[in-house]
Amino acid sequence: MDVGQYLGIFLDESQEHIQALNDNLLTLEQDPENEDSINEIFRAAHSLKGMAGTMGYKRLQRLTHDTEDVFSAIRGGQMKVTSNLIDILFQALDAIQGYVDTIRDSSDEGEDDNESIIAELNKFLEGGGTPAPAEGGGGAAEEAASPEAAEDSSSAGNDKAVYRTLALEEAQKDVMKDAIVADKKVYGFTVYIDESCMLKAARAFLVFKAVEELGEIIVSDPSSQDIEDEKFDFSFSIFVITGEPMDKVVAAIKSVSEIVEVCGEEYNEEMVDNNGAAPSAGESASAEAEASQGAEETAAAAESAEVSVEHTTAAAPQAETSASSAASKKAAPAKKPVASQTVRVDIEKLDILMNLVSELIIAKNALVSSAAQMSGGSNSESQVITENVEYLESVTTNLHESVMKVRMVPIESALQRFPRMIRDLEKKLGKRMQLTITGEETELDRTVVDQIGDPLMHLLRNSADHGLETPDVRSERGKPETGSIFLNAYQEGNNVIIEVGDDGNGIDVEAVRRKIIERNFIPEEQALQMNDKEVIDVLFDPGFSMAKKVTDISGRGVGLDVVKSNIEQLGGDVEVKTKLGEGSTFIVRLPLTLAIIQALMVLVGGEKYAIALGNIQTIEDIPVSEIRLVENKEVIQLRGSVIPIIRLSDMLDAPEVERDNENLIIVVVKKGDSLAGLVVDELMGQQEVVIKSLGKYINTSRIISGATILGDGEVALIIDSNALF
Amino acid sequence: MADELRIIDNDVTQYIVVGLGNEQYGIDIKYIDNIVRMQRITRVPKSSEYFRGVINLRGEVVPVMSLRIKMGLPEDEITGRSRIIILKVDQSGSIGVLVDEVKKVYNLRADDVEDNVSHDSKSGVQSFISGVGKVENGLVSLLDISTIIGEVDI
Repeated sequence: MDVGQYLGIFLDESQEHIQALNDNLLTLEQDPENEDSINEIFRAAHSLKGMAGTMGYKRLQRLTHDTEDVFSAIRGGQMKVTSNLIDILFQALDAIQGYVDTIRDSSDEGEDDNESIIAELNKFLEGGGTPAPAEGGGGAAEEAASPEAAEDSSSAGNDKAVYRTLALEEAQKDVMKDAIVADKKVYGFTVYIDESCMLKAARAFLVFKAVEELGEIIVSDPSSQDIEDEKFDFSFSIFVITGEPMDKVVAAIKSVSEIVEVCGEEYNEEMVDNNGAAPSAGESASAEAEASQGAEETAAAAESAEVSVEHTTAAAPQAETSASSAASKKAAPAKKPVASQTVRVDIEKLDILMNLVSELIIAKNALVSSAAQMSGGSNSESQVITENVEYLESVTTNLHESVMKVRMVPIESALQRFPRMIRDLEKKLGKRMQLTITGEETELDRTVVDQIGDPLMHLLRNSADHGLETPDVRSERGKPETGSIFLNAYQEGNNVIIEVGDDGNGIDVEAVRRKIIERNFIPEEQALQMNDKEVIDVLFDPGFSMAKKVTDISGRGVGLDVVKSNIEQLGGDVEVKTKLGEGSTFIVRLPLTLAIIQALMVLVGGEKYAIALGNIQTIEDIPVSEIRLVENKEVIQLRGSVIPIIRLSDMLDAPEVERDNENLIIVVVKKGDSLAGLVVDELMGQQEVVIKSLGKYINTSRIISGATILGDGEVALIIDSNALF
Repeated sequence: MADELRIIDNDVTQYIVVGLGNEQYGIDIKYIDNIVRMQRITRVPKSSEYFRGVINLRGEVVPVMSLRIKMGLPEDEITGRSRIIILKVDQSGSIGVLVDEVKKVYNLRADDVEDNVSHDSKSGVQSFISGVGKVENGLVSLLDISTIIGEVDI
């Protein structure tokens, strides 16, 4: 075992801590006195430092250490939170993020010492009136905070010294006694891990590793094998032989993060003999255990007194741990629940599961189609088969839904960085803005959530940079000086909608039109003919940028077209609603699932195609005579609205077949508010289809979004009706 | 001894020789994942003309292209001997090529391969050929698989 295998945990957890730091710094900026936030930040910074130390990332450890010092000074009241301080803390945070990113890419923290940030932090520390130099800067504050916590742990310590109840084997006792005779020290410890810890076995391993650097572990309860297999509660006991002093070993154990408490004492020969020999079968009943310990306590009085002294004076980190964990426990009820009953699963495992479900559905479809062929005979056997196949069908559908739900995560994780980003933009652009996010709990497929962040970030930057006016323009227009930017996420049928918008200037359609003509993007006559929607669509074209000057926030011509193509890659689409002077809203529509959809199978020119059921509004049977021509395009009138019709056979260059020339079968599909009618030759019914990629060799038009394998093994293509509008 | 063996191994490349019209072409066996019989191919609209479409290869959707059309030869005639050769090139995924027939496997030593063929080319066909191999009953044009597949995505 080496530390490397914990790299994944380290990365995951540091990301969580960095996010917590970010969120709480933002809160603190608004409310500098918020104690919960200060404590939370302190705890996160401390855990980060501990983890960095365990993993051997010295630079990261140093930076987090100094950041932590600043917070301990704030917590101790020696320093006030100022806007300057917040700025430098954000810089430090970015540097920490930088380290973590470098570690993720190369499993090495890189060479950047970030001296300037450390120097700035230390300047604050000195200016803040902490007497000691940087390295021990937080010491005073930590000690100030520690007595209470230390008392907690020492008073609790006696009940928690589980190692005293361990029955030692004779051989073990001999080893210990020999060691004592040989002038070595024997310590017993019981180590408590934070109960919200996700990977206690990893923590225990790190404790073992830390202790083994100083000495030898002779007894462990539960056994090291059981600990490795997580077969223990949140505590374990060990006996150690070492030449090192007690406080050094305790400090080593406490340097592992999420260790709440360590109880321990030094053993002499007599204690070794008596250990675990208490008359009660005290392991289970706690009252009895207490009693037996009470008896022992007198015997071990001197040592336990020593232990409680250790707790107050031992290296600062241990006091911090208990103090901060106590603080976070106090704050807990007001915050989100700390840990729910969850299991962390590698996304790869879920991908495999999803693939297996896909295979199952293909196999099920094959069975359905052969059962359908058999059911021609009306004997009872085929009846039974049909019934069972139907049962299988409902089970696979449920299975698919369940697996899909497992893959769903709240969109929140993609949105977390935005408040910070808006804050930075505020400073950079000199505008005042307020970001409101609603519907963070809306769930989407994990893959989508991972990839939706960038396009949304682009849209938000766009709103901040181009959308919102400067404060004076806003007050002139009678708007509040602080512009508002919003991001609303919600589910609508089989889609998730994310609206990003602002109450700024809106899109000036005529200005865009002028720009199109000026840049000769589209010939003038044609540009003048375009309606508002068509003009706005040009904004999504690659290579077209409205920005008068290129800023580093947006306007490099790689803007909305990238947003659009990113979102389309996820199977979604984006549209804009805008009103000049009142603001604009970008509406991003994403499918709930990527892998398996319910589809309508249709026949066009003898070929089978699938159309996603979620996009279909109605299916109509229309006499050819009802088709009208408007601007040379075929349309039909349906319940009062005029709908353009698209002949799929032409769009798909389908082979000519004999068609019914009297009536047309029209599948009416919708995209947002618009409708279109697709003319097909025949309807073949509804089916659950597994979407397969066509691979990157075949470059087709966007009309074909993928392929699927039908029950008889034939490949059918999937039509993306959104691409037809 | 072991070293000598390795040198000999490096020297010999195995080619599968396929028939295309009257000519025979060799495909380096390291690219070949599978050879399957002709099966139903689903046409993909709006794709390049040399793509026949896609097939279902044990649950995966694999594109199939016509080597004849790609190389400027007359349209394929599907017979009982037509085969689809499934090629796999690194991470790019699988692709099938349609050939008239699969003849046999040849071991070609580096000495038997003439690399220098590009300068006497008369058409674009030559650009897909990496060399010419001598076999007992004539010559085999060796296909440059990465160019044939690589040119596809443009």
